[in-house]
Amino acid sequence: MKYQSQSVAKLYFIAAIGLFVGQILFGVTMGLQYVMGDFLFPYIPFNVARMVHTNLLIVWLLFGFMGAAYYLVPEEAERELYAPWLAKLMFWIFLVAGAATILGYLLVPYAELAKLTMNDLLPTMGREFLEQPTITKVGIVIVALSFLFNVGMTVLTGRKTVVTIVLLTGLTGLAVFFLFAFYNPVNVVLDKFFWWWVVHLWVEGVWELIMGAILAFVLIKITGVDREVIEKWLYIIIALTLISGIIGTGHHYFWIGAPGYWQWFGSIFSALEPIPFFVMTLFAFNMVNKRRREHPNKVATLWALGTAVMAFLGAGVWGFLHTLSPVNYYTHGTQITAAHGHMAFYGAYVMIVLTIISYSMPIMRGRTANGPKSQVMEMWSFWLMTVSMVFITLFLTGAGILQVYLQRYSDTPLGFMVVQDKIELFYWLREIAGVIFLIGLILYIMSFFVKHDDEVTA
Amino acid sequence: MKETFTKGMARNIYYGGSLFFLLLFFALSFDTVSELPDRDNRAAITESVELGKKVWEVNNCIGCHTLLGEGAYFAPELGNVVKRYGSKAAVKAFIMSRPAAGVPGRRSMPQFGLSEEELQGVADFLEYVGGINTENWPPNIQG
Repeated sequence: MKYQSQSVAKLYFIAAIGLFVGQILFGVTMGLQYVMGDFLFPYIPFNVARMVHTNLLIVWLLFGFMGAAYYLVPEEAERELYAPWLAKLMFWIFLVAGAATILGYLLVPYAELAKLTMNDLLPTMGREFLEQPTITKVGIVIVALSFLFNVGMTVLTGRKTVVTIVLLTGLTGLAVFFLFAFYNPVNVVLDKFFWWWVVHLWVEGVWELIMGAILAFVLIKITGVDREVIEKWLYIIIALTLISGIIGTGHHYFWIGAPGYWQWFGSIFSALEPIPFFVMTLFAFNMVNKRRREHPNKVATLWALGTAVMAFLGAGVWGFLHTLSPVNYYTHGTQITAAHGHMAFYGAYVMIVLTIISYSMPIMRGRTANGPKSQVMEMWSFWLMTVSMVFITLFLTGAGILQVYLQRYSDTPLGFMVVQDKIELFYWLREIAGVIFLIGLILYIMSFFVKHDDEVTA
Repeated sequence: MKETFTKGMARNIYYGGSLFFLLLFFALSFDTVSELPDRDNRAAITESVELGKKVWEVNNCIGCHTLLGEGAYFAPELGNVVKRYGSKAAVKAFIMSRPAAGVPGRRSMPQFGLSEEELQGVADFLEYVGGINTENWPPNIQG
């Protein structure tokens, strides 16, 4: 570790992994509720479990992004973090606010939580992924702004690199677009239209900048390839991302009341969205092939290659699968969407955070890389989680194709619940894959506790 | 990559391309918002609909259902539920009749204990959503 203040990242990463475990436990719970409808009912109804599952995901990825920024920005800027104390303070505020929100979901009925947090003053609750009480949302803005200030000052008063500028652009976009979470008109079409300015412009826009920057940083470190080359790739990737992804928002505007021309704009531009992910895959493999050093942290390289491939498959291929409007007319809001969502989030964002953790954690613990035992265990967890996520995606896709046919396409369309019963087998298989994912995650955590006795020879 | 394609060129494509498409996106969004009055059924928005949307939100209905295809996929689409059930009264009766303890072995909607006014609001809200021009989505009445 070159700068002492980089170590605040450790706090963020530990919290991220802890919340990740919670997310998966609730995921497995929901998977069971799909096949055993009364499981935990009425104590933890499906909607509560889902809210916990998705909100924990968002919060832990944000912890991961912040940790990544705190780790890589001092090293890139070649100076200590502007205010390490602020980073620590914000960590505790964010963790307490996040935990209190999740406990609120679990301990009181949602309507009660809305009342307790005075949702009526500025109603923002009850919209997918933005279920947090308004007060929590205000807290997120405060944390995000303090974080941006801290990272921004470090970048601006230090060495400016393409990696940090791109990262900062992505993080600023993240904070700016989140402000649309506070706009909640009664008019459902307007509500939905601008809701996507948070959700789509995050995950198919600025988050990809964050992902690209983190991946570029890790590749610079583990391959030793000339920074100039890597930065050129990074520019190309994020250019393609924004050129396709911004108008690509239109693929959400097909059936929610917006004008019909979005079917053209949305289909054409979102059909281009796989391209930046494909280039990212080429980028990662090219850089690793052209490496100028053999970094002892093999498993970090595995994660870096893995995230590029899985992001391309999950976000790129599975996104394209249902993005053209004539196809989406039948698949919109089915298990196909769920299949895509799972692999895209895992491939792009879960794996990029695990990549930077895998690279930086050993360094923050005083070694270049973990010993072979620990690395092998982490590799096992990589394969268990990744392969089981592929299967989760395939089973949900199977369920989705049948659902689309039986409920929407056949000459005698069946009702929603009738169809759900008929595709139950796929939900059971998905649940089994989910349990294997959980085993992979347990193994991942165990890999941190393997005793570091055997020195690595680089 | 060839030397003829420099980092500076890549950077310019990034800044120029992003700015151009961001501006195009704003222009299209502006046009959309100005076309919405003819499409979004805003004439049907009453105080009861407003209450209904609030009830919809504070009970996290989107956590199980989809509305115009967006939300969770655990329970049926509700954008066209008034048409599917035939009347608002039928929708209200369904919501009211949910057993508090659930249905053994099956998915069941929680009993939210809504007042008559809130129930009417939810039904009015769902009817209003059903009147939005969705380019003929969903494909059939099953949602």
